[in-house]
Amino acid sequence: MRLRLVPQETNFDFFRFRKVTFGGSVIAVIASIVLWLVMGLNFGIDFLGGTTIRTESRVEVNVGAYRDALQPLNLGDVSITEVFDPTFADDQNVAMVRIQAQDGAESVTPEVIALVEDVLRTVDPEITFPSVESVGPKVSGELVTTALIALAAAMAAMLFYIWLRFEWQFAVGAVAALVHDVVLTIGIFSLLQIRFDLATIAALLTVLGYSINDTVVLFDRLRENLIKYKKTPLMEVMNRSTNETLSRTLMTSGTTIVALLALIILGGDVIRGFVFAILWGVIVGTYSSVYVAKNVVLMLGVNRDPKKPDSGAGTQFGNIDA
Amino acid sequence: MLDIPLWKKVLILGICAAGLLMALPNANYSNVERYNDAVSAMEGGITSPELEADAGLWPSILPSNLMNLGLDLRGGAHLLAEVQVEDVYGSRMDGYWPAVRDALREERATVGTIRRQPGPDSELRVRISQPEGMEAAVAAVRALAQPITTFTGVGSSDIDVSANGDVLTVQLSEAERAATDDRTMQQSLEIIRRRVDEAGTREPTIQRQGADRILIQVPGIGSAQELKSLIGTTAKLTFHPVVGQTSDANARLDGRQILVPDMDDAGTYYILEQTPVVTGDDLVDSQPAFDQNGLPAVTFRFNGAGARDFGIYTAENIGSPFAIVLDDEVVTAPVIQSAIPGGTGQITGNFDVTESTQLSILLRAGALPAEMTFLEERTIGPELGQDSIDAGRIAATIAMAGVVVFMIASYGLFGVFATVALLINVALIVGILSLIGGTLTLPGIAGIVLTVGMAVDANVLVFERIREELRTAKGPARAIQLGYERALSAIVDANLTTFIIAVILFVLGSGPVRGFSVTLGIGIITSVFTALFVTRVFVVMWFERRRPKKLEV
Repeated sequence: MRLRLVPQETNFDFFRFRKVTFGGSVIAVIASIVLWLVMGLNFGIDFLGGTTIRTESRVEVNVGAYRDALQPLNLGDVSITEVFDPTFADDQNVAMVRIQAQDGAESVTPEVIALVEDVLRTVDPEITFPSVESVGPKVSGELVTTALIALAAAMAAMLFYIWLRFEWQFAVGAVAALVHDVVLTIGIFSLLQIRFDLATIAALLTVLGYSINDTVVLFDRLRENLIKYKKTPLMEVMNRSTNETLSRTLMTSGTTIVALLALIILGGDVIRGFVFAILWGVIVGTYSSVYVAKNVVLMLGVNRDPKKPDSGAGTQFGNIDA
Repeated sequence: MLDIPLWKKVLILGICAAGLLMALPNANYSNVERYNDAVSAMEGGITSPELEADAGLWPSILPSNLMNLGLDLRGGAHLLAEVQVEDVYGSRMDGYWPAVRDALREERATVGTIRRQPGPDSELRVRISQPEGMEAAVAAVRALAQPITTFTGVGSSDIDVSANGDVLTVQLSEAERAATDDRTMQQSLEIIRRRVDEAGTREPTIQRQGADRILIQVPGIGSAQELKSLIGTTAKLTFHPVVGQTSDANARLDGRQILVPDMDDAGTYYILEQTPVVTGDDLVDSQPAFDQNGLPAVTFRFNGAGARDFGIYTAENIGSPFAIVLDDEVVTAPVIQSAIPGGTGQITGNFDVTESTQLSILLRAGALPAEMTFLEERTIGPELGQDSIDAGRIAATIAMAGVVVFMIASYGLFGVFATVALLINVALIVGILSLIGGTLTLPGIAGIVLTVGMAVDANVLVFERIREELRTAKGPARAIQLGYERALSAIVDANLTTFIIAVILFVLGSGPVRGFSVTLGIGIITSVFTALFVTRVFVVMWFERRRPKKLEV
């Protein structure tokens, strides 16, 4: 007996609730942007500059005592959070101390780090510092720029590639889905105030890769079916294509999610934020391929008569190996 | 039509076998690492029973390339330093002063008397007493300019000379600055490399980044502080005549004198002549030692020119003090007891043994041409790295098991094929990373796990397509063939787009992110290879043997 995520023949009407699904996506995107503007993002030192110190001790972490000890140093914004993780041993108590970039310091201030370490040692003589990371404001500013360039470059590359291989309507639909995925991921990071750093940008780019992968598989089938069923209305062909690829879509998302779940539970706290971004993106990306990309293409319409000239100038490469 | 030519089968399975073989050393990481260290030590002519034993840890006929572990997995220190390249302009201008002075003195009749004016370090300002002779003065100084022979600066000279009223200003030209910056960077890199090597750390990465930055990564070092004190110290050693001693931090100075604080005694300052007698540039050797009282000290030896200057100066100034200055602090200011002709000497200060050892390393490696500031530093303890490796290993195993169960439950025998291909896929990733000397980082492990999840995608596409083709009542052989053919365009498009993303990450990312992009990129290539070729070989071989009338996928 084989495991079947979906019955052999499905005939769901993916457009029946398109007002709800597409409208829901639009609302979710707007809500994410509002969240982002109102609550902001919990930027890590990669983007803000500053220092994070990871502490580890056999003694219980006493956040209050740490804070009281650091108070007299006048370091500005200091945040101390205890870290819990199922992979930790029983007597492994971990905390993260984050110190803002010190005023006027263009580079990293080792004296501050040494001072903080000394003070914390007086609170808990057994404390160790498994990792200390410090980024100066100069570099963090550049990292922000690079991150934005990377995201923009990835989107532009996708737009161009899909346009080359399919038609421009598909490219717009695919990129709309990508923007949806990225914005929703930023939204959840803002809502849950998860730390947003360089690794998150890498995760966002990975999500782009995954989401485009999904969208392309769908489009590929749509292209095939558009040739096969020339007279059928576009919406029906889209529905058929989605139904035909549904089994694969769920299968691939399923295996990827299984793998990511293992990593998020057992992979340790250091990369949890990174993996969470990818996991969330995979779920959102799967949804957006079905409900966002196609809806956009439907709205734009597709030129199905190749004899009639159309702005879809990309078609000359469209049949490279079809 | 399903036939795959024998040579192709052999080639495909051969690549898989090679991948497994290349991946093998990583299964026994610590032993192979010791083996590699022992072999390279023995090639360098060192032998000891321990090395012999280590060299026996791994058969020499097997490949011994390992993946590098990133700092986040191995532990170590990462520093990004910015070299203050402008520092050098000042000393370059100081170097020009005698020549400019001499040139203007020859023109004394037209320019009158000359006097150096204070100004920014990067400029040499000279006031002349007869402003009407300025044209002659500018011409005389311009005659000192040297043509530049770099690619970018062809046709330009090394200094710009301008005049404003009675002040003549000399500064380095744009092209000369670029050339100087470049030289400063080369020297800094070289000196940092020497210092890190002298300290005996293994496999450091020292790279130039952009115009004025240096990235330094040293695995295994305990703290960035340790690394910084090793490379961040300029270690500029100079010997100056002492004019006087004071406790006033704002003491009045005559022209070309400097006020330098004492290294150990806060509140004590020395007034020194600005021009040093000798500098650390003339040092040829330096060793940690002990003085006659058994206190740690550092010995030094000058080259010929340095020894001569030092000998002449000490002979002429017996009884007066001179100061040994290290990075703008006076280490010690002894009185010259006798002439020191041999060019050797000893610095005693308030050192402990570690400090004297470190100082001798710094002096031996030479001074940095310019100061450095640190823009970014990250230290990861080896225990944290090991924890990450362990967690990653467990997570990867569980992820793999989950995917395998899922695949076999869904596709039966074909799922088994896909599973074997998946294992080969992971081995290929590890094998290729070892072969190209790639670096595995923590996000890289996540990349492998993600690939495990996504790698089956190509297989899924093919299997689903075969199912569909079977439904249209074609024979099994035809269905398999069509399944592979028709899934191809989707597979190519889907993976090419992801590959483009990996390339963008590689180009724009740094550190761990770049490590991630490498594993992601390799993972895409290997997963397409295993899905399109390896599983296909399995399916075809199975099909040829069994010739099933009915196919269940």
